[in-house]
Amino acid sequence: MSTGEILILLALAVPLFAAAATYGLNKLPDVRETVTVIAGLALITVCAALAMRTGHGTPPQLLVVEPLAGLSLAFRLEPLGAMFALMASVLWAINTLFSIGYMRGRNEAHQTRFYMCFAIAMFAVMGVAMAANLFTLFIFYEVLTLSTYPLVTHKGDEVSRKAGRIYLAILVGASVMLFLPGVIGVHVIAGSTAFVPGGLLAGKIDPVTASALLLLIVFGVAKAALIPVHAWLPKAMVAPTPVSAMLHAVAVVNAGVFTLLKTSSYIFGPNVMSEAPATQWLLWLAAATIVMASLVAMTRDELKARLAWSTIGQLAYVTAGALMAAGAGLVGGGLHMLTHGFGKITLFMCAGAIYVATGVTRVSEMRGLGRRMPVVFVAFLIGALSVTGMPPFAGMWSKFLLITAAFGSGRDVIAWAMIASTILTTLYLIPIAVRGLLPPVGDARPPEFTRPGGAPGLTVAPLVMTAAGTVLLFFLIDEVAAFLIPIAGAAQ
Amino acid sequence: MSFFADLYAAPPALLAHAAVLLVIGPLMAAAAAALAPNARWAWMIAVGGSVFAFWMALGVAGEVARQGVVTYAMGGFAPPRGITFRIDALGAMFALLISAIAVAASLFSGHSLDGEIRPGKRSLFQAGFLLCQAGLLGMSATGDAFNAFVFLEVSSIGTYALIAAGSGRDRRALPAAFNYLIMGTVGATLFVTGVGFLYAATGTLNMADMAQRLATLDDNRAVQAGFAFIVVGLGIKAAMFPLHGWLPGAYAHAPSLMAVFLSATATKAAIYLIVRFAYTVFDPGAAFVAHFMDWIVAPLAGTAIIVCSLQAMFQTELRRMLAYSSVAQVGYILLGVAMGTAAGLTGGLLHLFNHALMKAALFMAVGAMALSVKAVKLTDFSGAARSAPWTMAAFGVASFSLMGVPLTAGFLSKWRLVEAAIGVEWWWAVAVIAVSSLLALVYVGRMLEVMVFRSAVAGGDAIKEAPIGVLIPLWMLAMASVWFGVDASIPEGLARASAAAVLGVR
Repeated sequence: MSTGEILILLALAVPLFAAAATYGLNKLPDVRETVTVIAGLALITVCAALAMRTGHGTPPQLLVVEPLAGLSLAFRLEPLGAMFALMASVLWAINTLFSIGYMRGRNEAHQTRFYMCFAIAMFAVMGVAMAANLFTLFIFYEVLTLSTYPLVTHKGDEVSRKAGRIYLAILVGASVMLFLPGVIGVHVIAGSTAFVPGGLLAGKIDPVTASALLLLIVFGVAKAALIPVHAWLPKAMVAPTPVSAMLHAVAVVNAGVFTLLKTSSYIFGPNVMSEAPATQWLLWLAAATIVMASLVAMTRDELKARLAWSTIGQLAYVTAGALMAAGAGLVGGGLHMLTHGFGKITLFMCAGAIYVATGVTRVSEMRGLGRRMPVVFVAFLIGALSVTGMPPFAGMWSKFLLITAAFGSGRDVIAWAMIASTILTTLYLIPIAVRGLLPPVGDARPPEFTRPGGAPGLTVAPLVMTAAGTVLLFFLIDEVAAFLIPIAGAAQ
Repeated sequence: MSFFADLYAAPPALLAHAAVLLVIGPLMAAAAAALAPNARWAWMIAVGGSVFAFWMALGVAGEVARQGVVTYAMGGFAPPRGITFRIDALGAMFALLISAIAVAASLFSGHSLDGEIRPGKRSLFQAGFLLCQAGLLGMSATGDAFNAFVFLEVSSIGTYALIAAGSGRDRRALPAAFNYLIMGTVGATLFVTGVGFLYAATGTLNMADMAQRLATLDDNRAVQAGFAFIVVGLGIKAAMFPLHGWLPGAYAHAPSLMAVFLSATATKAAIYLIVRFAYTVFDPGAAFVAHFMDWIVAPLAGTAIIVCSLQAMFQTELRRMLAYSSVAQVGYILLGVAMGTAAGLTGGLLHLFNHALMKAALFMAVGAMALSVKAVKLTDFSGAARSAPWTMAAFGVASFSLMGVPLTAGFLSKWRLVEAAIGVEWWWAVAVIAVSSLLALVYVGRMLEVMVFRSAVAGGDAIKEAPIGVLIPLWMLAMASVWFGVDASIPEGLARASAAAVLGVR
């Protein structure tokens, strides 16, 4: 067995082991959470080792089984997947610390189930990131949906059960009725579903059929939350904040846009994409989603709902990048997955820290709160600036790249939509932090801490780390972009 | 079939007669079981007879893989005068499937009869079971149209009595059996009438011979009428929508052994005869066959898939849910058959094979849970996962296959069906399969939700774990659903060879 195969197996086994250990250590919360943290660190190591072996020479790959000819469960690393895996593992480790602080700070029930489902979701993310073909990706995509369902309904009350039903109905419904037929269609036309640089379907498909498949896949992958298959995301905000932070701002939604990027680059290929008429319609839809989601976000007073709508808009940036059928669009989309992930997880963790400390969830009640929680609000400002796209924070580069790619490929509408939404984002995110940090107006008093001592240290430290990450990524972006170039190379 | 080409299951002397021993074995065992001194002996004879039939089926499959077709002339009278057994890949596939399920079912019967049948009647029950098995195996082996009717009746007579035997547990078994008796007899009568028409037109009952003569008789009204009689008659036996009225009651109220065995084999054997007649006896190029498949069978199959999946969602009794799901699955199979292409037939037959495995496992698990407690309604099974984890796990595995979860057998056959539907550009069929997969998700999800997440009803007896003698056949079936979902080379090879044998004959 080669090193690459062992590493792939480890990347899948470590989260599964964490899940099993969490279950076994039900009675010993301290040990249980130590194991999860250690598993997170181990997974970072494995993913880093995988990333280092990707991009030159033969990448790590592994064939598990082949139930029917041409239909195999197989893994094969490529730059985008390696980046996604590494990013997810880093954020999982950080978010685990946050989870410990949050779950203990709020004395939540069913913590073992929580950590276990979280670990299984990470297993699914690893599978999605490393999948060698669309079929394998589909399987892990479904595992991800099912493993996050118990996390969405964690509270177990009527509201969260209802949200859970919508979550399942949209994600499973779209994937079974649209995504799966799309996958089968690809298999029928090409004889396999493998991710091939330059596009599996290149030269094998006419524009009309390609359009039909593209529509099936883009709407079938509801995790990418393009309007009109976005409704599950705001509903999923009933989950505990660590879940919203890690899964519904990073892992789950990124699995969606990751699928679209991979499909665009490795299944259709740029030529087929640019010839299919549906690409243009979907780009319009993405532009509409970018603007509409920002507009809706402005009207939301509930902080997590506002962040969720912001996520919908930012995901549409990546979708647009995937659809642009240009190398810069794909690289820009990949980078945006990364930078938005770091920025948005920071914002969600801030929302969680504020909630644990004060029980406040509404933006309108947070005025002046920054005086009590300066670290959290400064981190929020940094995250907001990064998501908006201001230097020196990472979000700037990916947005810059996407907007130039849009202008470069002659798709001015999408570029203007992105610019408009940047302005809107500035309006709905920055003021939260600024008003929090400014002194309260008149005799209004900022809300008191309901938990003695305010936010637990374990909820604050992680958000500082990710906020620092957005600054670090600003300076490291060249290396990441160079790493991702092969996916654009496939597109030229 | 490459797996079977190297398989010499029995010594040559036995292989030479395997085609007929396949049927004679269970038939003789039936007589022996009827005379057995007690239930224990009868059970051992039933297991022995079933294992012997499976052994012979393996032998025949090997011979078919090597020779293409195995022909056996009864008493040495050469066809077309004498009655012949003629087994090709399709027949071998069904013989294997039926006898394999029979082995699992007969093992299960060691425990399942305890609460359902009076001790004095158990030997006779086993005799009926073996008779039914012999009839079904005979249907898949025979090369003679009238002989097929005889075997159909042999199996049916066994079935009627055995369903009625469920009255000890559930009085509703009596009307269900009567219902099936009437419907089944009408079906068999229509079938034999159709065979009569064909005999009038061709002057022969040997299927191969008949096929040769029918090739020039496409415009003959008697032939066309015969076709209609045969397909409708068999359609009743196969529970083709809307002729399935007998099925839910029969499956829901029969003794659990019969639910296991019938759901996996009886409708399947009738589907076998439909395929046999429509594609090898009649001229598949004839306009009336193609039109019948395109405009009657296919739309009805599509309707069955949707309507019966919906009906399954709204049942309150677990076994009725599974029964309605069976009718929907028959729809999938007939949909593949109706496409008339090699891909469609392969998909349909593969689904038939996989569905037999999963549904037998599901009914067996339900029967196993009902061994300790009188559980009928879905809610009676709440909390089963806590008190009977092994039984429940097998149920879960099989139900995943029913939903079509990736890496189970059910997923692959649905995949193949969708591929085949795309191949003939039946987009509506793709949509039907996609929608019904979602419906299956809902009704199977409902079952699992009750069994896994709800706690047992207060005051009621908890469902007990099934004894090891039941767990073994149950897990054999459940693991088969997983194994054939990970490596489908055996069933796919069988289905592919069958489709080639059926469509390549002419």
